[in-house]
Amino acid sequence: MDFSSFLLMRHEIILLVITLLLLVAEIFIPQQKKGSIVHLAIFLFGIHTVLGFLGNVEGALFGGMFRNTPMIHFFKNVLNVGVLILLLQSADWLQEKMVKQHKGTEFFILLFSSLLGMYFMISAGDFLMFYLGLELSTLPVAALAAYETSKRISSEAGIKLILSAALASGVSLFGISMLYATSGSIYFNDIAEMITANNLTILGMILFFTGLSFKISLVPFHFWTADVYEGAPISVTSFLSVISKGAAVFILMILLFTVFKPLMHVWENMVYVIALMTMFIGNLFASRQKNMKRFLAYSSVAQAGFILLGIINGEHLGFATVIYFVLVYIFSNLAAFGVVQAISLKTGKENMDDYEGLYRTNPKLSLVMMLALFSLAGIPPVAGFFGKFFLFTAAASKGYYLLVFLAVVNVTISLYYYLLVIRAMFLRKNENAIPFFTNKLYMRLGLVLTVLGIITLGLYSPLYDYIFELSKNLM
Amino acid sequence: MIAGISIYEILTLTTILFFIGVYGFITRTNLISILISVELIMNASVVNFVIINKYLYPDMLQGVLFSIFIIAVAAAETALAVSIIINLYRQIGSVEVKETEIMKY
Repeated sequence: MDFSSFLLMRHEIILLVITLLLLVAEIFIPQQKKGSIVHLAIFLFGIHTVLGFLGNVEGALFGGMFRNTPMIHFFKNVLNVGVLILLLQSADWLQEKMVKQHKGTEFFILLFSSLLGMYFMISAGDFLMFYLGLELSTLPVAALAAYETSKRISSEAGIKLILSAALASGVSLFGISMLYATSGSIYFNDIAEMITANNLTILGMILFFTGLSFKISLVPFHFWTADVYEGAPISVTSFLSVISKGAAVFILMILLFTVFKPLMHVWENMVYVIALMTMFIGNLFASRQKNMKRFLAYSSVAQAGFILLGIINGEHLGFATVIYFVLVYIFSNLAAFGVVQAISLKTGKENMDDYEGLYRTNPKLSLVMMLALFSLAGIPPVAGFFGKFFLFTAAASKGYYLLVFLAVVNVTISLYYYLLVIRAMFLRKNENAIPFFTNKLYMRLGLVLTVLGIITLGLYSPLYDYIFELSKNLM
Repeated sequence: MIAGISIYEILTLTTILFFIGVYGFITRTNLISILISVELIMNASVVNFVIINKYLYPDMLQGVLFSIFIIAVAAAETALAVSIIINLYRQIGSVEVKETEIMKY
């Protein structure tokens, strides 16, 4: 027998092996040395990330249920880099808080299971594999949100996340059953050939879209976002807002551009309205937040609205711009959450008022935060500007000038509340500002990587060309 | 196939079941009831898959297979949700929705 075709799944297989190794390590490493698991996990995942960059693979397995294209392969690498940075940023929190409560390893096992689910979700070739991947990526995150079992706020976040996710997947299943009724198959390729715009398929598509909108937290399905982001531990919050959202955007885009392509005249109206609502509501709610995690939650809702501007393009230009924007967004948001994580770990403070005078005491941290917020707001020298600019180009090339205009209005609103944080850090004086502290090696490495990412993505244009080339093969 | 019953009756039933689930999810004030409502939605889609398979495409088993996976995943989801609810109950001694609102705005 020839097993070489399983090399297509090498991301999945390696990650599964790492998860199992950690499980074995949890059993055999004695209690007082449990801290070493954190180093082991980061080391193994680092190797996995590097291995992912070796060579592209293309093909399909299991009768087309699982497929891998260069674009999907590239996006898996992007997710890997994001998770690696996230692990580096959360290592100290795990060492200081969670290992002492004897539950350091579960964090890695659950996080890696969720990442495995995302791999399967984005390389799914039919709705069954997609559904299983979606559930595998959601359930561990819900367990992670309720991870700090001694805190009430964490349990509340967990229950809110699991109930919303269950409703979302139920609704999307009902939609899938309608698509199955009209086409007689659950394979993406078969459905793409059979689908025509009649009432049943449109209803199926809308229900399905609703299910994924919950995961991307588009308005009007965003109600869980702020509460879950505030209640969950910061590492889990940044995982939810960055990795989970990125993977969901990717698969939504593949489905809209390939399977639901014949229904484009329907979904572009839908996306238009949802994009407007998401941007306005996300931005307006973000401007009145005081808690940093809630603030970043609403900011991530607003960013999802901008992503829809690229999706509405409907061709490979839109695809490439959205992937590029998601890449930029991963680095910027991870930098912002990293700073929040560092400050919360040392002082336990999470409010915007606590950041007053931060520049005088911790200049480096506040510079990282400033760079991240500038990138999120889209101020020219950093990567976020180009991400937003390309998204607007994609929407404008289809003639959506009014939408682009309103999006620019929204960028202005968002600039206001991002600058509120920067004003608190740089201009305000505070008698009892957060005192100076130094971060440990892992946290520093994580922050430096995000800063490098933000700057190089903005200045190094061949990367965008590379993504653009990859996106041509998808259709 | 069931003699004397066409696909329309059964699909109407599952649709009603689905919307009862959605209504329950929005209006119930008890976390366990909300969970039951979600189960209703899941089961509506399970019945949908089996019926569509049996009536419209009887030569392939894709729908039936799908429904088995849904049942298994829904069980896992319920188990996780119940365990989180139990953890919450230990801290606040209640499973009412209005008790879970220390985060606002």
